[in-house]
Amino acid sequence: MNNLTVAQARQKLDSKEISSVELTKSYLDKIKQHNDSLNAFLTVTEDLAFEEAKAADKRIAEGESTPMLGIPIAHKDLYLTKGVKTTAGSKVLEDYVAQYDGTAVERLKQAGVVMLGKTNLDAWAHGSSGENSDFGPTKNPYNKEYVPGGSSSGSPAAVASELVLAASGTDTGGSIRLPASFCNVVGLKPTYGRVSRYGVISMASSLDSIGHFTKTVEDNAMYLQITAGHDPKDATTPPIDVPDYTANITKGVKGLKIGVPQEYFIEGLDPKVKTIIEKGLKWYESEGAELIEISLPHTPFAIEVYYIIQTAEVSSNLARFDGIRFGNDRSAFGDEAKRRIMLGTYVLSAGYYDAFYKKAMQVRTLLKRDFEEAFKKVDVMITPASPTLPWKLGEKTNDPLAMYLSDIFTVHANLVGVPGLSLPAGFVDDLPVGMQILGPHFSEDKLYQVGYAYEQANPVWQTRPELNTKY
Amino acid sequence: MNKYTPIIGLEVHVELKTKSKMFCDCPADYFGKEPNTHTCPVCLGLPGALPVPNQQAIEWCVMIAQALGCEINRFSKFDRKNYFYPDLAKGYQISQYDLPFGKKGEIKLKSGKTIGITRVHMEEDTGKLTHVRHPELVSGSQNAPSEMLKQVSVEDYLSRGAQHDKLTLVDFNRSGVPLVEIVTEPDFHNAKDVVEYLQSLRQIVRYLDVSNADMEKGEMRLEPNISLSTNPDKLPNYKVEVKNINSFRFVEKAINYELKRQEEILENGQTPPQETRGWSESQNGTFSQRLKEEANDYRYFPEPDIPPITFTDEQISTLKKRVPELQVEKIARFVKEFGLSEYDAEIVTREIALADYFELAVKKGEAEKLSAKQIANAIINQKIDHGTTKVEKLIAEISSEAKVESVDEKELEKIVERVLADNPQAVADYKSGKESAIMFLVGQCMRAIGRKVDAQQIKETLINQLAK
Amino acid sequence: MKINIAHVAKLANLPISPQEEQKFASQLSNVLDYIARLNEIDTTNVEETSQITGLENITRKDEAGKCLSQKEALSQAKSTHNNLFAVKGVFADE
Repeated sequence: MNNLTVAQARQKLDSKEISSVELTKSYLDKIKQHNDSLNAFLTVTEDLAFEEAKAADKRIAEGESTPMLGIPIAHKDLYLTKGVKTTAGSKVLEDYVAQYDGTAVERLKQAGVVMLGKTNLDAWAHGSSGENSDFGPTKNPYNKEYVPGGSSSGSPAAVASELVLAASGTDTGGSIRLPASFCNVVGLKPTYGRVSRYGVISMASSLDSIGHFTKTVEDNAMYLQITAGHDPKDATTPPIDVPDYTANITKGVKGLKIGVPQEYFIEGLDPKVKTIIEKGLKWYESEGAELIEISLPHTPFAIEVYYIIQTAEVSSNLARFDGIRFGNDRSAFGDEAKRRIMLGTYVLSAGYYDAFYKKAMQVRTLLKRDFEEAFKKVDVMITPASPTLPWKLGEKTNDPLAMYLSDIFTVHANLVGVPGLSLPAGFVDDLPVGMQILGPHFSEDKLYQVGYAYEQANPVWQTRPELNTKY
Repeated sequence: MNKYTPIIGLEVHVELKTKSKMFCDCPADYFGKEPNTHTCPVCLGLPGALPVPNQQAIEWCVMIAQALGCEINRFSKFDRKNYFYPDLAKGYQISQYDLPFGKKGEIKLKSGKTIGITRVHMEEDTGKLTHVRHPELVSGSQNAPSEMLKQVSVEDYLSRGAQHDKLTLVDFNRSGVPLVEIVTEPDFHNAKDVVEYLQSLRQIVRYLDVSNADMEKGEMRLEPNISLSTNPDKLPNYKVEVKNINSFRFVEKAINYELKRQEEILENGQTPPQETRGWSESQNGTFSQRLKEEANDYRYFPEPDIPPITFTDEQISTLKKRVPELQVEKIARFVKEFGLSEYDAEIVTREIALADYFELAVKKGEAEKLSAKQIANAIINQKIDHGTTKVEKLIAEISSEAKVESVDEKELEKIVERVLADNPQAVADYKSGKESAIMFLVGQCMRAIGRKVDAQQIKETLINQLAK
Repeated sequence: MKINIAHVAKLANLPISPQEEQKFASQLSNVLDYIARLNEIDTTNVEETSQITGLENITRKDEAGKCLSQKEALSQAKSTHNNLFAVKGVFADE
């Protein structure tokens, strides 16, 4: 039962072939079997899950059929879930029980999903490997000696290992797209403001994007259908209509203009990764899409801008964690949080603001113009999601800068707010490689259309990891 | 002349009386409520919560700025002011930095002196702190210790780094209540002018009906910054800020205390340290408020959770129309239009409701041939409560008071003749220059008539007769 | 580029040990050297972007809604006293 997609499970639930309770039990069993070795879940909410599954079965029996009704999912432990422990992967919140549900959680709840638990992450979503979790790293299901990518590490690992059908994530500089690439799943970073940030612990407020992981593109669209849309509690969610995300999914790519930004195919790109992405591009060309070489000239500076703006906002957003109203005091922060808080404090401090923060906000304007120019010429852009393959656990933990540079292909989208989809593209040395599709603001439906075409012809996603319970 | 010139500026915080808080929909009326019952994820600074600004509060802030003659920034935004304090839930206060809603306004004092308003901006209030001693650590404490502090063991308390037996307690009901901050130029040179300015300012926000500005409830809080200059062309190189004073009397006392204290330091050849001080009523003086975490680098940056706020010319003029005629304007008009004295006009305009009452009474009094002056006198002398006395009733009362019967000229002449004949001594006194004797004769005539008549008429007849 | 960790940590209200101070100083100065590369770009007359939605004037009506219960509000605090949050004293002396 665990090898289903959301769409397949939907059919079987609607036809009463299976019940949500059965589905839930099957996934919970697999979590019990494999979570010790993967460390994907920080909290498993078994009792709650069965309650929600029963409620979903009742709704199904009453004839309701909505996309996510009765589907087992999991939330990155950065999402507040009322009455359930919400740790942000940090010792600061090791015993924090959320007092309210965030908007995305609430919408999914109302849509009838079954929450199985909360997934592991780099503490406060700071990291690219999952190793900054205060509760131990998540392992890559394809090879447990390797990182699954981060900061959303537990969610893609759980979806890839079929411990759950779909799982949420957040993407501030690549935290969905990079781990999706490392774990051979589909990860969406929606347009900034498309999904409400209310009730998801803020990392960097002007960059945070609320997205999710699934095995297939269609599943991904079904999930976004529930979470997308204006929220009066988040002033940065534009009141723009939510389209039917699966309506155009099968339209194909004939005549589509695909931009290939030259700054993404540079020296630092692993040649084996490059080969796979180029193969993908050729496939699109063969399907009638037009490949257009473009330039995003300020891309080489995106990481610098990102590490100024992001840390500045982090330093302010983490100020509320003072141990007075909730959680432990500030001595409980781990090294990476401390580094980012201090870096952010520094770039905002008197005498440095203009040289760092103001400068970064100006270059952000230039980065925005790069994309605006590019999208005048092309419909979407395709790039690698990561410059490298997944690396071995521990390989970069003592070199923060090296770790920061792994976000080099993803941060640009966050700085300008455009959506990005990471899609299974192939394997190198038995490790997954993801392809990133970027589009203009609010073009998620287009990204799904482009991704779906590739996925149908190249079902890389079907290569599931061979799990054993060994550590 | 004194060799030191006092240089004083003011920051005033006014709490708006909106229904809900600045960035969330918790009720804003926190006063006297059970602690921590008016909070939500936003104003309690819970993880993941986001602010959405209150439209009414923004409009009222702009109207305050307009009433103070400020320019309104067409493009404005909120910024984060970052600092740590237990009453600040988020670790930053949402405020406005370089683009406040209003800038460059003024208030004119009676002396004609103008006080420049630097800026008027919108921000949020903090929670409320109480400082107590830890009951279990204080021998002979009046408090019932274990009962009160069940959840904080002494060990836990000490392990949290308390260096002495003090605890700070926080109530977040006030957290997030809309605050308007009004900052002046350092234009004051004495405490009296400061008090006059504050009275005008309080009058204005009450006229606008955007705040009760009740000092005792902390709805208006005053922070003078005070220094002494030896060179009138240059600002001193230090500044002492006295925080959160909640009465005009105390602000006057605090300023005068500071001026004296600073003068003594300067006389000793030293410069007073730049610092924040508090006002102690019991000590009748100011005291240094050194904080454990002294940090005044607020690291302002644009609030990423709230899109910018812009105003069109049309919106600005619409808001301007909602600003009522203010007291200064009303006084001038009442003097001009109704012939009131400045003094009377000031009294009947102290509250906008009273001024409206007065104007209505003037209008209704026209039918009864009552003058505006008569009405003003009645309101002032009889201390009329405009809340409970109906205008119609007031008019009726004044008319009946003022009603006098005229006496037939011939009849009056006869009575006057008789009274003069009956009181030769008074007549003699008057003729010898004792003019006050005339009033005695008026009284005698009145008694003889036995009715309420116009004293002026009697007086004139008497004088005529006596002159014969 | 050098960074005064002790000062920054104080501003950020972070307790830092002397060993951490050394470690962070070297790690963060590496990062700062890297991000200082931004100075290569000419940004004369370039406006600043602090938000990317292009939204303006997003406000709410002044209507009061529901609060957390006192119990919920206080439920996650490590120490409370008479339904107030309790912390160590903040004034150095009085």
